[in-house]
Amino acid sequence: MGGPSRGGNAVLVAGTYLTVLAVLVLPVLLVMVEALRAGLGAAWRSLLDPDALSAIRLTLEVTLVAVIVNAFGGVMAAWLVTKYRFRGRAALVALIELPISVSPVIAGLVWLLLFGRQGWWGDWLDRHHIQIAFATPGILLATLFVTFPYVARTLMPLMEQQGREAEEAAFLLGAGFWRTLWRVTLPDARWALLSGILLTTARAIGEFGAVSVVSGHIPGLTETMPLHIETLYNGYQTVAAFAMAALLALIAMATVLLRSFLEHDFRKASS
Amino acid sequence: MSVQIQSLTRHAPNASRKMLDDVSLTIEDGAFVALVGPSGAGKTTLLRTIAGLDGPYEGTVLVDGRTLAGRPMRERRIGFVFQNYALFRHMTVARNIAFGLDVLPRRERPDRRAIAGRVAELLELIQLPMLGDAYPDQLSGGQRQRVALARALATKPGLLLLDEPFGALDPIVRRQIRRWLRGLHDQLGLTTVLVTHDHDEALEVADRLVVMQNGRIVQDAPAEMLDTAPATPFVMEFLGEALAFQGRVVQGSFLPDDANVLRFPVAATDGPATAYLRPHEIRLVAEGSGQATVFGGWLGAMRRLEVALGKRTVEILVLPEQIHHAGIEGVSLDITRARLFRDGALLVWKGG
Amino acid sequence: MVFCLRRRDGLPGLSISIAFTLVWIGLIVVLPLTALVLRPWQDGGAVMLRVLHDGRMYAALRVSFSCAALAALIDVPLGLLLAWALVRARLPGRRAVDALIDLPFALPTAVTGITLATLYGPTGWIGALLARAGIRVAYTPAGIVVALMFVGLPFIVRAVEPVLRGLPPELEEAGLLLGASPWQNFRRVILPPLLPPLVAGFSLAFARCIGEYGSVIFIAGNQPFHSEIAPLLIVVRLQEYDYEGATAIALILLLSALMCMTGVAALRRRVSRGLVARGAA
Repeated sequence: MGGPSRGGNAVLVAGTYLTVLAVLVLPVLLVMVEALRAGLGAAWRSLLDPDALSAIRLTLEVTLVAVIVNAFGGVMAAWLVTKYRFRGRAALVALIELPISVSPVIAGLVWLLLFGRQGWWGDWLDRHHIQIAFATPGILLATLFVTFPYVARTLMPLMEQQGREAEEAAFLLGAGFWRTLWRVTLPDARWALLSGILLTTARAIGEFGAVSVVSGHIPGLTETMPLHIETLYNGYQTVAAFAMAALLALIAMATVLLRSFLEHDFRKASS
Repeated sequence: MSVQIQSLTRHAPNASRKMLDDVSLTIEDGAFVALVGPSGAGKTTLLRTIAGLDGPYEGTVLVDGRTLAGRPMRERRIGFVFQNYALFRHMTVARNIAFGLDVLPRRERPDRRAIAGRVAELLELIQLPMLGDAYPDQLSGGQRQRVALARALATKPGLLLLDEPFGALDPIVRRQIRRWLRGLHDQLGLTTVLVTHDHDEALEVADRLVVMQNGRIVQDAPAEMLDTAPATPFVMEFLGEALAFQGRVVQGSFLPDDANVLRFPVAATDGPATAYLRPHEIRLVAEGSGQATVFGGWLGAMRRLEVALGKRTVEILVLPEQIHHAGIEGVSLDITRARLFRDGALLVWKGG
Repeated sequence: MVFCLRRRDGLPGLSISIAFTLVWIGLIVVLPLTALVLRPWQDGGAVMLRVLHDGRMYAALRVSFSCAALAALIDVPLGLLLAWALVRARLPGRRAVDALIDLPFALPTAVTGITLATLYGPTGWIGALLARAGIRVAYTPAGIVVALMFVGLPFIVRAVEPVLRGLPPELEEAGLLLGASPWQNFRRVILPPLLPPLVAGFSLAFARCIGEYGSVIFIAGNQPFHSEIAPLLIVVRLQEYDYEGATAIALILLLSALMCMTGVAALRRRVSRGLVARGAA
């Protein structure tokens, strides 16, 4: 039969397009329209505003560090839970995936409980004039927490599927751990790694709730791109807000498209 | 139930390739027919078309003299067993078997007890009386196969269609089940169509074989006819190992091109021809200059011989006493039992 | 955590990967969450009791939970439709649709928030249409549901899709050949195996939605006792320097999300053993 009848298919396709258009495409379209309401020039100029530029710079810095740390940690953890069998392995996997189900606001709050003025180490930090909460380190920590699982999560199923014969062969041929990881395991898992890194990047750039709690919202200093959007939007600078939103939406679109191509590739490669 | 198919043609979706090409076939009431052929020959497509599963086609398909189009499935009285069995994993064996009865409209549906009785009867028939409460995942391949059959039989179909039903089973279970299936066919008075790529299986279980190739029926004949009079070299080769000898017919004799192969008399007009026969139908004769070498082990009671004929070497099977009589130095091959083909069609065969 | 190797593992790198993994998880996840769990008890039970006597908190939790449940529920049929179309339909532009489904996951929540607020606002493309019909979405709980629907949709689709892909089409054909009507076929043959992934997808979407912040606050209106979600109340409490109050709400949200995830994990284990199928029959 291979599929539904012609009429059924038409209804199905129409329903799908309608849902996708109304729920997913319309919002993106609106972002673009609102951003260009005063013309491309105005949108572009709003992005060159010093506060906007500083927000972009801060976002990129935080994202870069978060991606490096979580990609490295994710690779290590994926190697650990897929290449060895040990008691507590399931608990470890659950712990890795935990941040996905934690509210972003909580992801910010927990750092205040440690480093905030009323936090455990707040006084000590104060005395030594170290600022973590309401400063860049706090924003970084919140971003690290929120983007924690994605590289590990995309890598784990693929590395599980790989088994460990290739690694054992490499080891028997005299390769050490780092060389085996770099030359044998990761080349085979590179699309999954790349896909995980893309998702981490997208989430890091766009994180709002967690960062909002620890940032302190000082324009030009501790505002990331999403926080700057909030400031602009609440200040009725709609075009500027949507110009920045459009930039982020384009990044998000590129991410999902690239990931879809990557997944298609490794689904094809594995079949 | 009978099936009449006339000039059936089906195209592959979105392609001009023909999956079935002008197929005509008649299956009488009570027949057990096997559709055989290599994969991609169109066997499964033909079976699914008979079942009314696939979309539009050209030609006519009549079941008991009527077209299936527009008739509700439950009136068609067709039982179908899929290659992967397609059992419902979330239902017990009993519910799987009862499914065809459970979905009947209330007016026609037997009451609960009658359905349970029918299920018990079928479980008995497939020799799994204790497994009604089991789930498909808990069964072995052979058991799942029988449950799929019982499910297809629950609504008392007149026509049973089986798509590679033994494909996933190990050889011993396969043999048991196909004997049992043949018994069931005779006992219930079914009309059965079986798709398989295994010619031995088809020869053992079916009355009639329909050999398919590239969407066409190549030959439709009783099992014993296929080997004695294959319609084309393809059928000859499909049914088992075959050797070919090129040559010509000259004045009532076939003259092989190979050296050390004996000519033999045939009733055919002059012209080129190819002789085909099974390796075990060749006899070794103590004359000429062929070189035979014994190699490999035994095949049943026969030994494998490699015979150098001059330009080429062929492998044949002979009984040990023949080697004893003819020796292995200076031999020729006697291919009198060959079927002779010209232009891809049968010219002369050993029975006629 | 105790690591106890079952056998001597010949592969090198065990100690290195354990060390890095533990440091990574310990510093970024375990340490802060420990602070969250311990903090409320630090100042004694009296403070906790005061915190738990907070009507505004319960109202916020009620808004969050009911809106999340409603949004996830509406997403179930939509997600099923999209998964079905992706797997079964002859869908022109399947790759684009497939990619777009992940959009809510990649789109920054603040962007989602201001976009939906504008779209459904009184002068927005959809909001103006609805206003003419006398329906207000933005700045009401309905707006919260709309935002959460957007956020939760991919979870349902991605949960159902692989299971649907794994269902052989022969199952439906077998059902039809045995005389089932299309509705009977859907109800008895197709839906039961899809039920566990639908429940799992619902739970994942729900867990995500109760914690959602950025995409909701712009469209919600944020009136206490009416359209104020729990995560926003955490932020409000923090701005009032009421760390205990904030932490209490956070703990309740965290535990609820954890219960959802545990439920999903248990469901997955049961499905892989075939037990759910048995329960549903």
